[in-house]
Amino acid sequence: MARPEITYAIETQALNLWYSTFQALFDVDLQIKRGQITSLIGPSGCGKTTFLRSINRINERLGYVRTTGSITVLGNDIYGPNVELIQIRKQVGMVFQRPNPLPLSIRDNVIFGYRLHEGRGRLTRSQRDEIVERALRQVLLWDVVKEKLGRPAIELSLEEQQKLCIARLLPVKPAVLLMDEPCSALDPTGTEAVEEMIWELRGQYTILIVTHNMAQARRTSEECIFMLLGRVVEHAPTEELFVTPRHQETADYIEGRYG
Amino acid sequence: MFESSDLNIRNRQVEKLWRLAFLVMTVLLILPVLAILGVLVYKGGPAISIDFLLTEPKDGMTAGGVFPALIGTVWLVAVALLASVPVGVAAALYLSEYAPDNWLTRVINLAIINLAGVPSIVHALFGVGAFVLFFRFGTSILAASLTLAIMTLPVVIVATRESLQAVPLAFREACWNMGATRWQTIRKVVLPNSVSGILTGIILEVSRTAGETAPIMFTGAAFFLPFLPQSVFDQTMAMSLHLFVISTQVPGVPEALPYGVALVLIAMVLAMNAVSIGFRMYLRGKKKW
Repeated sequence: MARPEITYAIETQALNLWYSTFQALFDVDLQIKRGQITSLIGPSGCGKTTFLRSINRINERLGYVRTTGSITVLGNDIYGPNVELIQIRKQVGMVFQRPNPLPLSIRDNVIFGYRLHEGRGRLTRSQRDEIVERALRQVLLWDVVKEKLGRPAIELSLEEQQKLCIARLLPVKPAVLLMDEPCSALDPTGTEAVEEMIWELRGQYTILIVTHNMAQARRTSEECIFMLLGRVVEHAPTEELFVTPRHQETADYIEGRYG
Repeated sequence: MFESSDLNIRNRQVEKLWRLAFLVMTVLLILPVLAILGVLVYKGGPAISIDFLLTEPKDGMTAGGVFPALIGTVWLVAVALLASVPVGVAAALYLSEYAPDNWLTRVINLAIINLAGVPSIVHALFGVGAFVLFFRFGTSILAASLTLAIMTLPVVIVATRESLQAVPLAFREACWNMGATRWQTIRKVVLPNSVSGILTGIILEVSRTAGETAPIMFTGAAFFLPFLPQSVFDQTMAMSLHLFVISTQVPGVPEALPYGVALVLIAMVLAMNAVSIGFRMYLRGKKKW
């Protein structure tokens, strides 16, 4: 579990990853600060999403993925021999491009993850309601949905659905939230609302956002990582990376010369 | 400027022609169905009564009703379902949710599809060999129902697997990423959202099982038994075999009788299908995506 002295939530060393024979990540060495929002930018196919998906080891479901190097989350090697995948997924939550609420009520969506991990213990109605309310308040959704918690989640707008998908990760108290282009299915207003919400979560969780949207990376992250063809080109405080990029490739990309 | 050109006119005629051709084919398809139903109702209708449903055949099966056969068919179908549904649904769950995508899985899938094409008389012979003789069930409801179950298993598996795979992958991913095991995912998300399709498959299987003759005639169905089966180890009459017998094996049967039996059998099957359709509509209405 988290110890307070740890400054880095995620550290990787010499991380290489292959899909069958195709190498998607080359020697990725990253240290991602705890409690900060870090954005991952780079052209399509540069390995951003692959990197994200290796941090909760969901990549392995594909079966033909091979990884070398190490990834530690909160100081613990996630490829260690005694690692329980379910504990990783509990600590490291993930949000997808398209909101994917489960075909359940709003309330059941929020409590779903909690129920998975609670074992046989029974939750009283008031405990449950408290958990649901706290999670929905954290994602700034409570006031919108408090009257209709029993309605199907699919009736919400996309923006609200995406907030719900984040809310349902929170009751199991994750340390890290991985977000794979969380706003790409949303309109500008929805994007703004979700960004604002993500910003509110800063400090409580370590957040890693993959985005194609330069402005978004600039607005919502404290540190920024630029990747190209499976390698990390530059990792710097966001403002620094955008104002004074150290590498030519970074400068070209953020000025929109390719991507 | 906007008048039709020659090409437009010719295309419109071709369009009309194809439309007509498809319509004719559709009508040709419906006609036999209507004709069968019409003849059955016209010729068999007079034979139908409450007594017909609730009495035994009499006078060497040239008179009386179909009660033992009706009950026998219910037995056969029920026992067959008890055997095939758990096995079929479990196999489909394994193939759809657990099995890795390798050559073995693909071979199994192919085998299942091919099994659905095995003629029912071949299943009958298998049933005699396996259940009647080898397992010493004798000619009994158990042997006949297991034969029916084997015959319908591929249908149950394919129908179940298809409804499982109709559940979007995104739901499964959402679960896995929250640390759900496969079983938790199946129980909480996949099954509740595929149950309508699975039930539809099962009910369609029921209607097919009820009408089959070949698989049961050597394994458990009897020409004539004036009493009802007491357990799964008894023989029984069945609607489908009864129809075959009185149409071809018994002299002097009045014309209305076989038509009446056929009408009852078809009514059972159609009723089952109607239930299936109704059920599916009900569950679809409840679906949340």
